[in-house]
Amino acid sequence: MVETRGDGLRATLWRPLNGFSGRYLLALTAAFLVGAWGLGCWGYQIVRGIGVAGIRRPTMWGFYLVNFVFWIGISHAGTLISAILRLTDAGWRKPVTRAAEAITVFALSIGAMFPIIHLGRPWIFYWLFPYPNSRLLWPNFRSPLLWDVTAISTYLSGSVIYLYLPLIPDLAELAQHSTGWRLRLYTLLALGWTGSDRQWHAVERAMKLMAGTILAVAVSVHTVVAWDFAMAVAPMWHSTIYGPYFVAGAIFSGIAALVVAMSIIRRALHLEEYLLPVHFENLGKLLLLMSLLWVYFTVAENLTTWYGNSPAEMSVFGERVRGRYAPCFWFMVFCNFVLPFVLLSVKRLRSVATVTISGVTVLVGMWVERFMIVLPSLSRPHLAAAAGFYSPTWVEISITASTFAAMVMFYLIFCKLFPIIAVWEYKHVSHG
Amino acid sequence: MEHRWGMAIDLDRCTGCEACVVACHAENNLPLSDADQAEKGRAFHWIRVDRYYEGEFPDIRVKYMPVLCQQCDEAPCEPVCPVYATYHNAEGLNVQVYNRCVGTRYCGNNCPYSVRFFNWFEPEWPEPLHLQHNPDVAVRPSGVMEKCTFCIQRIQRAKRDAQAENRRVADGEVQPACVQSCPAEAMTFGDLNDPESKVSRLATSGRATRLLEDLGTKPKVFYLQRGK
Repeated sequence: MVETRGDGLRATLWRPLNGFSGRYLLALTAAFLVGAWGLGCWGYQIVRGIGVAGIRRPTMWGFYLVNFVFWIGISHAGTLISAILRLTDAGWRKPVTRAAEAITVFALSIGAMFPIIHLGRPWIFYWLFPYPNSRLLWPNFRSPLLWDVTAISTYLSGSVIYLYLPLIPDLAELAQHSTGWRLRLYTLLALGWTGSDRQWHAVERAMKLMAGTILAVAVSVHTVVAWDFAMAVAPMWHSTIYGPYFVAGAIFSGIAALVVAMSIIRRALHLEEYLLPVHFENLGKLLLLMSLLWVYFTVAENLTTWYGNSPAEMSVFGERVRGRYAPCFWFMVFCNFVLPFVLLSVKRLRSVATVTISGVTVLVGMWVERFMIVLPSLSRPHLAAAAGFYSPTWVEISITASTFAAMVMFYLIFCKLFPIIAVWEYKHVSHG
Repeated sequence: MEHRWGMAIDLDRCTGCEACVVACHAENNLPLSDADQAEKGRAFHWIRVDRYYEGEFPDIRVKYMPVLCQQCDEAPCEPVCPVYATYHNAEGLNVQVYNRCVGTRYCGNNCPYSVRFFNWFEPEWPEPLHLQHNPDVAVRPSGVMEKCTFCIQRIQRAKRDAQAENRRVADGEVQPACVQSCPAEAMTFGDLNDPESKVSRLATSGRATRLLEDLGTKPKVFYLQRGK
């Protein structure tokens, strides 16, 4: 139990930690069941062979790689947004940062699973790590997949630290007001925090340092993910625009995920007095900015391809804008640009509801965007005789759905264990 | 480097009979796919015959082009493998190490010729074909990539025989299954390091071109056709 009497701040922000409402249990159970079903499907895929998925020759990558890129993109919610806001000392960041940092850790954990799920022989995935072995074999550091392994493991460890550091003062305070297993958990995690000046000084320096570092790491991670594609000779993959295009897309979908998560938290945990319309207003403006940046990149990519008129690229381009993938393409443009642009650029229309709606359509649109990046290029390889169309199977769809359920489940559990808004940030006067 | 294996395929001779495809299946223990899997693009043919149509019906010409691993000198499949399951051996062949492959399929995506094949399931052969496996060739498990090897088992045997008799491998002594079975004699295999070999002479003749040459992959398969 957590003691929630005392001042108003603690009463509101700690209340969600105690007890379970019926709706909470229902959501948790549903998320758990969908997630468990997905795990079961993965087990089936391992036993039967990866052929139970829809991937084929020439589209050897499918939904799993789409999900990989999508979730790594979502993970940019926390790091970039909270790090930028922290470094620029934006006052309105206080109720936003932890929700964002938690998204990062969970989205990254989910995203990092997909390269393993998609392996033909996932039980030997550790061969990609440079560990000492009796055959003196190194992995191939020329492969962009090795850069992925390096970048993502760095990012995951960095973002866990980045989530944990600002939790420490809250954990110590929680430990003082709780009993039973919570007392033991919080005491352990608080690392002997007493709140002395020296400790405050250290943790603030560490947070600043991590914010700076994680920014650089986040940009590099999504650039490396883009290079998985850009380093290949496949038409329209082999492009210099992919690095910045992916980073912009990642921040775009990250903000969208944050907006949606905040909107749900606001309603479900009754935090209307902390998550104010001004927060949604500000994030809505950021979302609009990123939407414009996204459409700029999309035009730049497609216009240069069309004008260049090289046969191999034009066959992919045609497949995208007027071929079998065209409905996806135009749906993506609607979700990522047309609708958010109208809802967010007209001042009268901008509200908590419309910002949330834009967040949802951008999430859908960015998932489709990742699909549009992975599949059309593979469907139309250099030799026309080898062309082929991809469609997913129920296994891929189940595993995809289960990762969204896993995200919900992790978030629900996190909200029960830790305050989703940092209490100390409200009380605290900087010691720096 | 003692040998540098290469192939020449005369497109003016090829009749598109696909005897090479069948011979390759038998020699290299290629699994058989059922109709359902074949429709999904999962049939295994280390060598396939692409068809190109010129003109409009009824005034139409069909051109056949057998496509197999081009054994590129600058192979795009090689640098992208994270575990060195595919690499360049001393004789210029792109070698696939089945035991090392973890199945990222990046090499397959990065092959501009789409000649890499993935084992989506454990391989299967309808009876009695399961009894006719070639003992010189490994059967590949589920989850690994495979592709044309230029019948490396035949190359190794010819080298051993030559070594035992203390001589060089003679021109024409090694014949991959596809070359051996071509009734039109459209295919020639040999050592590109030997300027006198038949394949060297064909490769330097004015009729030789290479597939997707502008990508800079430097294939060791040469296609012969008359100039336009």
